[in-house]
Amino acid sequence: MAHSVKRYHGLMDWLTTVDHKKIGILYLLAGGLFFLIGGIEAILIRIQLMQPKLDFVSAETFNELITMHGTTMIFLAVMPIIFALMNAIIPLQIGARDVAFPFLNALGFWTFFFGGVLLNLSWVIGGAPDAGWTSYMPLASNTYSNTHGVDFYSIGLQIAGIGTLLGGINFLVTIINMRAPGMSFMRMPMFTWAVFITSALILFAFPAITVGLVLLTFDRLFGANFFEVANGGNAVLWEHIFWIFGHPEVYILIVPAFGIISEVISTFSRKRLFGYSSMVFATILIGFLGFMVWAHHMFTAGLGPVANALFSIATMLIAVPTGIKIFNWLFTLWGGQLTFNTSSLFAIGFIPTFVMGGVTGVMLASAPADFQYHDSYFVVAHFHYVIVGGLVLGLFSGLHYWWPKMFGRLLNETLGRLTFWTFFIGFHLTFFVQHFLGLMGMPRRVFTYLPNQGFDTLNLISSIGAFLMGVGTIIFLLNITITARKPKDAANDPWGDGRTLEWTIPSPAPEHNFTQIPLVRGLDAYWKEKVAGNKEMPASEPIGPIHMPSASIIPFLMSVGLFIAGFGFMFAKDEFASSFVGMLFNNYIVAIIGLLITFGGMFCRSVFDDHGWHIEPEDLEDKGVKA
Amino acid sequence: MMNRWHAVKRLLPILAGLALLLSACGRADLSTLQPQGPIAEKQYDLMKLSIGMMTVVVVIVFVILGYVLVRFRKRPGQTDIPKQVEGSHKLEIIWTVIPIILLVILVIPTVKYVFEFAEDYSKDKNAVQVKVTSHQYWWEFEYPQYGVKTGQELVIPTSKKISLQLNTADVLHSFWVPSLFGKIDTNPEGTTNKAYFEAPKAGVYFGKCAELCGPSHALMDFKVKAVDDAKFDEWVKEMKAPAVLPEDPALAATFEQKCLSCHAVGDKGGTLGPNLTGIGNKQAIASVLLGTDGTVEENLKTWISDPVKVKPGSKMPKVPLTAEELDGISKYLANYKLNYDNSGN
Repeated sequence: MAHSVKRYHGLMDWLTTVDHKKIGILYLLAGGLFFLIGGIEAILIRIQLMQPKLDFVSAETFNELITMHGTTMIFLAVMPIIFALMNAIIPLQIGARDVAFPFLNALGFWTFFFGGVLLNLSWVIGGAPDAGWTSYMPLASNTYSNTHGVDFYSIGLQIAGIGTLLGGINFLVTIINMRAPGMSFMRMPMFTWAVFITSALILFAFPAITVGLVLLTFDRLFGANFFEVANGGNAVLWEHIFWIFGHPEVYILIVPAFGIISEVISTFSRKRLFGYSSMVFATILIGFLGFMVWAHHMFTAGLGPVANALFSIATMLIAVPTGIKIFNWLFTLWGGQLTFNTSSLFAIGFIPTFVMGGVTGVMLASAPADFQYHDSYFVVAHFHYVIVGGLVLGLFSGLHYWWPKMFGRLLNETLGRLTFWTFFIGFHLTFFVQHFLGLMGMPRRVFTYLPNQGFDTLNLISSIGAFLMGVGTIIFLLNITITARKPKDAANDPWGDGRTLEWTIPSPAPEHNFTQIPLVRGLDAYWKEKVAGNKEMPASEPIGPIHMPSASIIPFLMSVGLFIAGFGFMFAKDEFASSFVGMLFNNYIVAIIGLLITFGGMFCRSVFDDHGWHIEPEDLEDKGVKA
Repeated sequence: MMNRWHAVKRLLPILAGLALLLSACGRADLSTLQPQGPIAEKQYDLMKLSIGMMTVVVVIVFVILGYVLVRFRKRPGQTDIPKQVEGSHKLEIIWTVIPIILLVILVIPTVKYVFEFAEDYSKDKNAVQVKVTSHQYWWEFEYPQYGVKTGQELVIPTSKKISLQLNTADVLHSFWVPSLFGKIDTNPEGTTNKAYFEAPKAGVYFGKCAELCGPSHALMDFKVKAVDDAKFDEWVKEMKAPAVLPEDPALAATFEQKCLSCHAVGDKGGTLGPNLTGIGNKQAIASVLLGTDGTVEENLKTWISDPVKVKPGSKMPKVPLTAEELDGISKYLANYKLNYDNSGN
């Protein structure tokens, strides 16, 4: 039995960790970094549009900014922050010691990270992608986008996408197999349910974008003709592939927010979730319907009346389960004892904001009217209401809620409320007026607009709102910095009303999470025990040695390999000033070296067994994860 | 139940006010909220219906939320545990069934209009057939029934249906005339889209490109000009009239050599760029240089001397012209006017 274990320290600790709590923190750091980059891009966009005919950035740069803003925010900012919360909380919530595949978990993080870094390096090497986050062909083809921008997009997202797919599979397996004894599916906390459904959506949606990106990459790098009309390809095909992934992606984003809101509202109103089983059913239905509605992004592409009618109806149907969720939240609050704090404020702010995003979604679902809304600022307003007003508010709520569990410290309440009000007011200021801009005839993705069209005032208001959101984000960062200097004094259950298993263990959780895996005796397991007068969860096992996975640098190296290979393929046909560098790239030597590193890592992992190590009962005085 | 009815009664004036507010939004020749043709009107009806219904939903949620936030906040000294309610079948059925009813109300006109708007007039002899071809960054309109091709300004008669067949010559664009018709994408050859609309009121309407198509996507505006039948026939006649070249033979030669390789005037010239016949009448040069920027002649000069500066990514090259040639050609084009619409615009 492998008893002694090599412990890494400092940076090496973070590069080699397979601990879900540390990986959660890594996701948060990287996702937060990309969130700031995407936010700066957003501010630049809003400065350019503050007044008509401004020349703050050029038309070309503007298209790069909108493309990178969308791509960064969706793939590299909010998804990783969702993964941060999934990693930090799910094993704790289901009473597990780690995820099912800790090594895979680390690999998922590092591929996401290097994919994101690759994509963002486009700003300094070879030009950023400029064909929109949807990258419609033929605009994204070599003919019309002749920098390496779209190559960075296709290869960067491909590498990052591997991480997401691995993560999705990992959490599916974890939630199916590693729940504590007694936690049946219908006793799972709502956040766990949400992550379970999101992971299933990832499993089915990401292969579509993977295939799409392969086709796009082949078109661009190797002259394949999947989307080249002149050579028998079809440009509309890309739209289908993209949205078959793209629409479920929206639900991949919003469903975890549903989970977070359910937890926060239930905790802070001291009531169990109203209509738990219908919440579960509604979320599954939303996920299922999410795969049947992709063509509502293509109502104006000319699919014909039968398709437009059917996709209209399917899309509207989603309003029903969504409505169920909204009213269940409202009636969870009804009759409760609601505590106001930053986390609950964000959750309460979520409800009306998300409803507004939802109702504009129903409006957009009506295809004949969508002929007007489509690709106008109305759509921009709609999806920001859902993604920022829904998901980002949900993430803020969740971060403030679980911060003590992740870091052992409570965020400052005054600064938190300031974050909420500036961000919330800024958000509505920015995006509410955009509905009207769209209805008044302003197309989206325009780098400027002419005066005298009635767009001026509303755009100015929108830009002011964006600055306010920026201020809110800065206050949040300030809050984190200040909090990080405080002692780690958060209690196990700092809110006093925790209902689920993560609040039964120290904040932050020790390396092995649970000394004894708890026994779950109902929904809201911890609350149930508290009401019954018990201070702790009943254990489902005696104290014994705890098996732990070994840290490994291989996930990091494999991702570096993919990163190198990505560059190798992308620049294989370029001319270089140095003939040696040219030789390396043009003969695919760089690409091959990169792949060798990745497959070498895979080989080592497969051939050399690593049985992990054990924490013995006498060593169970762990100090928890460092942050 | 009483409460809900009261809420609805209080809502009615709000809804009426909302409709008023909406219709005050934007320019009549640009806003979707001030429809000028039957299709846009039906779309606006659908919008009003859905906005109205959705406003009711939003208000109900806001009212309940406002109530619970005030009524059920934790009071100091409260230590009892609230009743843990599992759910309520009755309530859950209510908020499942009512949305379904609302959706059915919305689905009926939606489906009706989906099919109505998809009717095909491309074989209709009474309709004006127009082949729309989008380019980076301009619009080409061909009238096969009349043998006329023009750019940037879609001239149509007020009495007839306009039947469009749309394609792109390069990347995807989207043809959008907010006050008349909504939008439809222009796809590459092979996936031709069809659409139709009418503009019963004479006037000039804004058109926009609504699909990201490159750096100058924002600058791809066009106009739809609806005129009465007599004027339309006159316009066709004038468009087909023989080209009038510059009087100065040297300038005419330069013009033919350097401009007509891509552009056409009257019966002369190429088709790579927009037809220039009657450019002197147009409101906008290169779709973005307006009367507020200068006279037509000055705008033409600005444009010709550096197209990419006006429209980033424009395919029109900087044509090597002397200062005199530039002046001469700008002046000539600015005076190349058609007389079908003497009222001016």
